[in-house]
Amino acid sequence: MLRYLLRRMGFLALTIIVTSLIIFTIAQVLPGDVCRVILGREVGDQALADCREDLGLDDPLVVRYVTWLSDFAQGDWGTSYSTRTEIRPQVMDRLRNSMMLAAVTLVIAVPISTLLGVIAGFNEGKPVDNVISISSLAVVGLPEFVTGIFLIEIFGHWLGWFPPNSSIRAGTSFQEALPSLILPAFTATFVLLAYVARLTRAGVLEELKRPYVRTAALKGLPRATVMIKHVLRNALLPTITVLAISFGWLISGLIVIENVFNYPGLGRLMTFAIDRRDLPLLQAVTMLTVIGFAAANLGADLLYAYLNPRIRVGE
Amino acid sequence: MSDKTAPVLAIQDLTVGYQTRNGIIEAVRDVSLEIRKGQTYGLVGESGSGKSTLALAVMRYLSANGEVRKGSITFNDRDLLDMSTNELRQVWGKEISLVPQDPFSSLNPSIKIGEQLAEALRQHTNLNAGEAATQSVDLLKDVRIADPENVADKYPHQISGGMQQRVMIAMALSTEPNLLVLDEPTTALDVTTEAAVLDLFRELVYERQTSALYVTHNLGVVAGISDRVAVLYASELVEDAPTKDLFAQPLHPYTRGLLDSVPRLGQRKDERPLQGIPGSIPGLQQLPTGCVYADRCPLAIDICFDERPPLDTPVEGRRVRCHRWPEILSGEIDARRADVEAIAVEDYSSQPLLDLDDVEVHYPVGQSLVDTVRREEPQVVKAVDGVDLTVGTRRTLGIVGESGSGKTSLARAIIGLVARTGGEIELLDMALPPELNTRGKDVLRHLQIVFQNPDEALNPYMTVGEILRRPFVNLLDESRQAADEKVAELLQAVRLPAEYTERRPPQLSGGEKQRVAIARAFAANPDLMLADEPVSALDVSVQASVLNLLNELQIENASTTLFISHDIGVVAYLSDEIAVMYLGNLMEVTDADQLFDVPYHPYTEALLSAVPAPDPSVKKERIRLEGDIPSAIDVPTGCPFHTRCPRFLGDVCVDEKPPWQTAPNGKRIYCHIPVEELMDIQKPVVKFEE
Repeated sequence: MLRYLLRRMGFLALTIIVTSLIIFTIAQVLPGDVCRVILGREVGDQALADCREDLGLDDPLVVRYVTWLSDFAQGDWGTSYSTRTEIRPQVMDRLRNSMMLAAVTLVIAVPISTLLGVIAGFNEGKPVDNVISISSLAVVGLPEFVTGIFLIEIFGHWLGWFPPNSSIRAGTSFQEALPSLILPAFTATFVLLAYVARLTRAGVLEELKRPYVRTAALKGLPRATVMIKHVLRNALLPTITVLAISFGWLISGLIVIENVFNYPGLGRLMTFAIDRRDLPLLQAVTMLTVIGFAAANLGADLLYAYLNPRIRVGE
Repeated sequence: MSDKTAPVLAIQDLTVGYQTRNGIIEAVRDVSLEIRKGQTYGLVGESGSGKSTLALAVMRYLSANGEVRKGSITFNDRDLLDMSTNELRQVWGKEISLVPQDPFSSLNPSIKIGEQLAEALRQHTNLNAGEAATQSVDLLKDVRIADPENVADKYPHQISGGMQQRVMIAMALSTEPNLLVLDEPTTALDVTTEAAVLDLFRELVYERQTSALYVTHNLGVVAGISDRVAVLYASELVEDAPTKDLFAQPLHPYTRGLLDSVPRLGQRKDERPLQGIPGSIPGLQQLPTGCVYADRCPLAIDICFDERPPLDTPVEGRRVRCHRWPEILSGEIDARRADVEAIAVEDYSSQPLLDLDDVEVHYPVGQSLVDTVRREEPQVVKAVDGVDLTVGTRRTLGIVGESGSGKTSLARAIIGLVARTGGEIELLDMALPPELNTRGKDVLRHLQIVFQNPDEALNPYMTVGEILRRPFVNLLDESRQAADEKVAELLQAVRLPAEYTERRPPQLSGGEKQRVAIARAFAANPDLMLADEPVSALDVSVQASVLNLLNELQIENASTTLFISHDIGVVAYLSDEIAVMYLGNLMEVTDADQLFDVPYHPYTEALLSAVPAPDPSVKKERIRLEGDIPSAIDVPTGCPFHTRCPRFLGDVCVDEKPPWQTAPNGKRIYCHIPVEELMDIQKPVVKFEE
């Protein structure tokens, strides 16, 4: 198990280094001179050269990459061009917001989607199964901005249960923020729902075919024991893995949803950085996104290994 | 046997149907049988005979589209078919238990062995959790598992296949049921493991007077353990008799055919050829109106095609469904086929065709960066670990071994599908390079292979004609017209109708597919034919004709065969010479007709003792191996067999590689024990009754 862990960690480090290289290279080949962006078009040659010197833009690429990466690793993420403030506190605040939203989404999505999948799986071909399969498929077809706006209209404006605008101030406590999180979380749930439910259903069907289910039934065990103790334990493995991976997406991939709801998460920070051509900010957010995805993948692998004795205890 | 007592299980006129897209097919038709206390009832049939359906019907566990259409199943005077699912849960695992075919997939991969046993106990007895856990360990001890506490704490994937099947037996016996249903319980196991599991079955089941329905396709197993045998063919019971009588004098032509399709121990192709049964089992959608066996039966007369025979009782205690049993019983007619001639064997041993010199196939095991950093020795699976072997021109060399012995890797190294990692291979004095892609067309033409599973070896999207044309066009550079003519000849040679050129593999039966694969292999007239378990995937009645075909084509083409199989009976039947493999090493090389004579390598001795003989009159010395075959990553030092050898000498076996010794009868044996001593201490394992 330790060996497995070390190996996975190695892969994680490698992934991050490779993507950091890609991010750095892309940022370098983007057209436009950073100093011109900072100082404006009308600046003189001397000022431009000083600026380039200051930022180390004249150093060789390798040196700049290593400097950038080691600065990043040490927590010095630089200063944003557009807000002229330190990047790290901004990004960290957004990361906290994103994690709150991701957590609420999982709390809503996991029970609903797995339960629907399990019910559909155990009732294969029956009306319940058809209703669940078709309706979850219908929901997944709708883009997030459509479901988001629907929810805002119904629950925000018409019923008035939740705030239609989810913009929260920096440092808002979780309890205060919670009402603003519900609608975006449901919107994200709709995206996950069909996928997770269908995966769970497939997992259940797959396991039901296996001979050990027959063994369990022919021991005379009650149906509930056969289903919960024997089938679900194995059937939910792929679902759990996918949910763990989706955590990465929930943290940094909710660009559309965050924009629809005006929610200050990492996704919106990224669109902001792109709008302003704020390269240091964009690099920092992208790096964080990559780390988030990689960590979620690692978490999923470890969770799967832990839950699956065939990996946890080898030969 | 007390036939007067009430039966434990009584099946009356049972018909089971499956709902399919093409209507209902009947997988079991009008079957009746009774199992008494303590009786082991063998149920024999080929695939599609309905034997597994019958077993599941007895368990009341048919798949959703299956239903009992007619008849009754009475268990201890209670109507099983009348029970609700709730009532069945009181019977399942308590009074009737199932031992399934594949123990690994029949155990839950995520639950520890101990708990999988204990939950049944908790369900059916008053034991609390702690007591149930303790008793689970006792149960494991009962099935002779050496370290039961430890095994109870393991997951299924951590123990061997033989051990898994012991666990399944322990589970089935845990609540002392009245009836065991065993569905091919040893089919997935190696012979030596199978023998040990069957010993265990005999002891436990006889001791407890448990009744058993033992479903299998293996006549040898049935001969060894059952009191009575029922033979199923195309969903009907065709014959039912005490085991001894059935094997001594089968009354149904199908039973006769089945018995003549498997080689008896020691049967050789040149003495008594296998008969086989022509054709294949009829499709259940269109069963004939007359006897289901009529179109394959050598004794069929008009009435057989028109009228379904009744299930008669020719002698007290025997039943047969055949119009002509009176003549068969009196000996007036005989269902043995007369048209199969003994195969002439000439001695061609003079020049060697294939020469293997210290051939090694080592597969690297995945090594991580961490291992490299820690400078650990890279691990390798030693699939083949130094094999020296010479095969004479036009001879058949059989390689026999259990799973993990390296026999398939050796074949693949010879043909080049895996690159050998050491040693030399010479064919017709040409050195064969290890990699297939460095061998020229002229080399490829000289050696061909027939695989175990024709389903996977034939491209399902090509027609038979296209498949057979390819070797002519690709290897022999012939034109398409010329190739097409040869294809027609080839089909004739493997006795398939000419119109089969237009068919695709999925439209053929298993035996027909294997014939196509054999035709393809012989197309380029190879000098060396490798046959890797060519009949293992086939039903017994089809096996015989495929074996005979292989042999016939070999003689016609003047080619040499390397025949690989786990089935000793088949290897002994077909081969001129036999090599026994264990853990990547040869243990013994012998002329086939000396296989059963002393001396033996101790491994061969155990192997021969384990083979189930399809003849209840054969008596065997009982030699059983301890433990499981070691991992090919950690091949034992010295003699690779020393960890399990019943004739283990001492340190010399652990420290030194054994010498190759030649016995007076020409057998070559890889063992430290001098051959004179072996001849002294060993008795012939198999006693053939005259």
